[in-house]
Amino acid sequence: MGSRIIIERYTKGQVRLAVLTTRHKRGQMIKFSQQQLKTPKFMRPVYLVTAGQSKYGRAIPEKRTEELCIDALTMAAELLNLTPAELKKYIHTCYYGHFADHFGDQLLGEAVIHDRLGLDPLGNVGIKSGGATGGSTLWEAAKAVASGYSDCVLAMGWERMDEVPTDEGNFLIACAADRDWESPMGQIYTGYYAVMAQKYWQVFGKAEASFRRTLAEISVKHHGYARFNPFAHGAMKITVDDVLMSPMVADPLRALDACLMSVGAACAILCDEDTAMELTENTKNKPLRIWVTAGSHTLRPADRRTMEIPLLPNETADQYKKLGKEFPGADRYPGFTGFLAARIAAYYAYRMTGVTDPTADFDVIELHDAFTISDVQTYEDIGIRPYGHGRDYVESGDCYHTNPHTGRPGKLPSNLSGGLIGCMHAVGASGIMQVFEIASHLWGRWAEVHGDEKRWKEFGREKPADWTDLQVTGAKRALSVSHAGVGSHVTATVLMDPDHLLKKDA
Amino acid sequence: MSQYGQVQVKDNRYKFRGDFHRLEQHMPIRNADEGWKLVGVTKPRDMTYVHTYGGEAIFFESLSQGKLLATKCENPACEANGSIFQPFRIYCPDCLSKGTVIDMTDLAKKSATVHTFMVCERSGAFNMLDKPIRFINIEFENVCTILFSYLLVGEPHMGMRVVPVFKYHNPTYTILDLSWVPAGTKAESLPEGFGF
Ligand SMILES: [Zn+2]
Repeated sequence: MGSRIIIERYTKGQVRLAVLTTRHKRGQMIKFSQQQLKTPKFMRPVYLVTAGQSKYGRAIPEKRTEELCIDALTMAAELLNLTPAELKKYIHTCYYGHFADHFGDQLLGEAVIHDRLGLDPLGNVGIKSGGATGGSTLWEAAKAVASGYSDCVLAMGWERMDEVPTDEGNFLIACAADRDWESPMGQIYTGYYAVMAQKYWQVFGKAEASFRRTLAEISVKHHGYARFNPFAHGAMKITVDDVLMSPMVADPLRALDACLMSVGAACAILCDEDTAMELTENTKNKPLRIWVTAGSHTLRPADRRTMEIPLLPNETADQYKKLGKEFPGADRYPGFTGFLAARIAAYYAYRMTGVTDPTADFDVIELHDAFTISDVQTYEDIGIRPYGHGRDYVESGDCYHTNPHTGRPGKLPSNLSGGLIGCMHAVGASGIMQVFEIASHLWGRWAEVHGDEKRWKEFGREKPADWTDLQVTGAKRALSVSHAGVGSHVTATVLMDPDHLLKKDA
Repeated sequence: MSQYGQVQVKDNRYKFRGDFHRLEQHMPIRNADEGWKLVGVTKPRDMTYVHTYGGEAIFFESLSQGKLLATKCENPACEANGSIFQPFRIYCPDCLSKGTVIDMTDLAKKSATVHTFMVCERSGAFNMLDKPIRFINIEFENVCTILFSYLLVGEPHMGMRVVPVFKYHNPTYTILDLSWVPAGTKAESLPEGFGF
């Protein structure tokens, strides 16, 4: 009942914001206008009809990038019982997510891929937004269909980070930070992110050994789920102690707390309703409604000013009144502990789709686990748990396919693909891989896609004897979050079975 | 012997002198596991970028003169009126009017504290700092942002009072000319080239 009242308030365009207890002598708090916080609206429904991906690896010297993209598109066609040539005939515009030109030493790499996919004379465009590139690519693709410009579009993302030595790779990634104010300091992007992790660790984690173990549990979970995913290259059967003994990267984060660096490609095909019905007729893919929203925050964390917490539908202003007391040092929002871009992406997405409680409304999610600690931060930014209480999502067992404490299905399983820690982080592809994964649950095809012996063999990987079907039974709604580094860009992608919408006019 | 590329601005144009890149041979990449078949080639490249600081040049020039400059929005119509920005922003992010340049060296000496930090054992190629690098983010009284920098002496912790030090000798003219030490640090314990 309470949540219904909240929805009505939103539709009237009112904006509720929590009031932080401490007013600072640090200049004015920044505010956002009603226009900026408008609930986004598609002009017509958009459907995800299929998706595909290549094998992922730390290095794939035997294949050029376009070979990986062709693998992904071919798979997407096969899931619709089509040949790539048949599917290509439907595509009207193309959106290519590729973050780091300089890694592959090929400017306009998107044009190379477009050419090799043989998609002339279609309009196409490259999209880059750091780690969120995959999500941003879907954002652009969805809007193209929603506006009526195109009836069928290709969103394809890839990355190739194996063509330079690791230290040069770190340098190239650091080029995404401010070249005058940040990168000269160590040329190591991880360091720029890690100061934020340290703040969260001390303020919300209270530097507790028990919290450190919870972080390690996330790594165990993601490397473990990756064992059942033939596409993944970070499969590991490890324990919490293995994580805690792995080499230190930036205290308290260790090597096994960090995401992979990967090569690979992923794609998705988005359509209007008529095309979606035609393409999925007599296939196992039910067209899924798709919405994508995006948020941003300063490129340099240094520039982040204090503001009131933008509230999600399942939060109240009151609940954050004592945040600074409960967690000393947490009186500055978002400070270095929250990601405003993630919060805003969720803020738009939940209002757009009628989500009032993400834990209850979604059945499966894929989050951008760049580090174990940023996974926890995201639980809070997107409202799975209130600020300060993200760890409970793991400790309760809710985040598992099967809750280890109860043996029953987890309330909201996350990153069953293995995520960025266990499956891959081929930057431009990551946000699309996530959508491929959650869609496979909604299509009820998870076991078929991940269990196929032929695929394991083709990828040169051994299917484990204890391979487990991670299909989330009866999944109808799902969320994925794509996130750039220190939180400059974040997107939220919502998928729903069209027969299980939360809001009629969404 | 090649000469480092040097650049001057004269008559509002860049004048280049010396070597800006070096030519090196491509080398084959072969697969040791598959009969040394060709896989690809290496592509060595060594280039020098020419980069302007534009309206921030005064900030970088001032570091080696022992001054920490910031900007302040003084537009009475702006919601951020009175806000001091460090990092130095040429324009106010809200009203986009040009900020007033202020010298906040004394403010930094009096009020700088560590907001968060990270001791980093790793670095990327072209790193100029000694490892481990002690990254710190610094809060100042009446400043609405949190400057990113590095601690030159000692071990960081949250809430630690720090003071700025500047590279007076052999400056790099980069953000590395500004660093921080715990309040109370003696001048003789500073590394060569740095002073208060
Ligand atoms: Zn202003």
